[in-house]
Amino acid sequence: MSERTGEPAIRAKGVRVSRGGREVLHGLDLEVAAGSVIGLMGPSGCGKTTLMRSIVGVQRIDSGELTVLGRSPSDPAVRHEIGYVTQAVSVYGDLSVRANAAYFAALQGSSRADADEAIATVGLADLADRPVDRLSGGQASRASLACALVGLPRLLVLDEPTVGLDPVTREDIWTHLRSLAEQGVTLLVSSHVMDEAARCDSVLLMREGDLLAHLTPAELLERAGTTNAEDAFLTLIREGGER
Amino acid sequence: MSPRIYLATTGRILAQLRADHRTVALIVAVPALLLTLLYFVFNDEQRFSPIALIMLGILPMLVMFLVTSVAMLRERTSGTLERLLTTPLHRADLVVGYATAFAVAALVQGLVLVSVAHWGLGVETAGPLPWVLLVAVVGSVVGVATGLLASAFARTEFQAVQFMPLFIGPQIFLCGLLAPRESMPELLQRVSDVLPMTYAVKGLQAVGSQGDPTGDVLRNVAILALFAVGALALAALSMPRQTR
Ligand SMILES: Nc1ncnc2c1ncn2[C@@H]1O[C@H](COP(=O)(O)OP(=O)(O)O)[C@@H](O)[C@H]1O
Ligand SMILES: [Mg+2]
Repeated sequence: MSERTGEPAIRAKGVRVSRGGREVLHGLDLEVAAGSVIGLMGPSGCGKTTLMRSIVGVQRIDSGELTVLGRSPSDPAVRHEIGYVTQAVSVYGDLSVRANAAYFAALQGSSRADADEAIATVGLADLADRPVDRLSGGQASRASLACALVGLPRLLVLDEPTVGLDPVTREDIWTHLRSLAEQGVTLLVSSHVMDEAARCDSVLLMREGDLLAHLTPAELLERAGTTNAEDAFLTLIREGGER
Repeated sequence: MSPRIYLATTGRILAQLRADHRTVALIVAVPALLLTLLYFVFNDEQRFSPIALIMLGILPMLVMFLVTSVAMLRERTSGTLERLLTTPLHRADLVVGYATAFAVAALVQGLVLVSVAHWGLGVETAGPLPWVLLVAVVGSVVGVATGLLASAFARTEFQAVQFMPLFIGPQIFLCGLLAPRESMPELLQRVSDVLPMTYAVKGLQAVGSQGDPTGDVLRNVAILALFAVGALALAALSMPRQTR
């Protein structure tokens, strides 16, 4: 794995995307540094999922330029280097955690040992042989996450991985994500729970298909003049609306 | 396509199938049970035998169409298809993987159905029994391929099931089960010519009536195989990697 240092993991220039005949991303410009945890935050319906789908190459882009790990998202080579966890749990409920992880490992050319390692990383080793349908919601989303971790991708795109989880599991998952970043993985994590912003190295703040700001959690609080992430977001989003 | 990904996908689908006992029963046991029911309905082996042979072309195709259209739709609606398309998997790996896994199921189905028909229900053919198996299994695989394709036109499992009467109904009416094809109006004969079930029935009737039906069987099996390949290719095209 050659580290192209300095090159951003994701770069967008004037990216416009329509869904169902309506433009939902209105010309996004952004740059995301490699090896960091980036939060993608904004109210529901603002286009987080659409942006993520564009990045992982399953969403057609109307115009603009999008580069992922130095390539076009539709370049097949990119698919060996990314992991994507959709907003809904997207694994096979009738198969065991291990069978799911082993399948996604095979797709990436990784081994069963890699699959078991990914299962251990999300703390499901004890439940590896249980069908995903018979896991709790939080366990199932960790199973879904494990399938994206096999073979350690360079870029992980996680769509609201902590929604509906209890605080303890959320804490666990963020600890895992942080340790992945320390191994050099770039993580793009969406959330509408604003206090998760504090866990990220930087935060992309979206509103109605526009990027309002890209800043660090500290800058965010400073700009909004508050110590509470939730308030800070509300302030910035309202400001954005008045522009 | 990549052999590793194709094999892993086939194995995954077979594992899902094995875990789903109801579906296995629907594929393997239900056609044989329906045929047995029909045996008692006719209550006359002479009249039952030719109808039973036609049923070997109809029942497997019908059941497989139903099962695979719903299975593929689940893949599309659960988000797993979208996720698979962000991996190195090619959509042909997926479609051919489905076809292979369900072809294995079709083979088991055919073995059970043909055994029950011949040894249980006294269905006799002029030609060799393995030809019956071949036509029934290839017909079943056409059901798999068209089911995979049909899932592209449905958004819910309920909609997928609604295709059954539309797709299967006309084929049953026009395949020669209810009335001989030659006595149908010219237009309906032409329509019947482009429906796969017609060729399954033709192939089975050839085994039923000819001592050496090799030529007719292979011709009809080849046509069925073309239908299957065509439907699989269209099914693969129906899942573009990038959506709007
Ligand atoms: N399949 C779809 N067809 C049409 N419009 C869609 C579809 N999915 C999402 N949208 C619209 O696109 C916009 C952005 O949605 P999305 O990216 O899912 O937002 P978020 O993930 O931030 O909640 C919303 O206005 C939503 O209504
Ligand atoms: Mg979303």
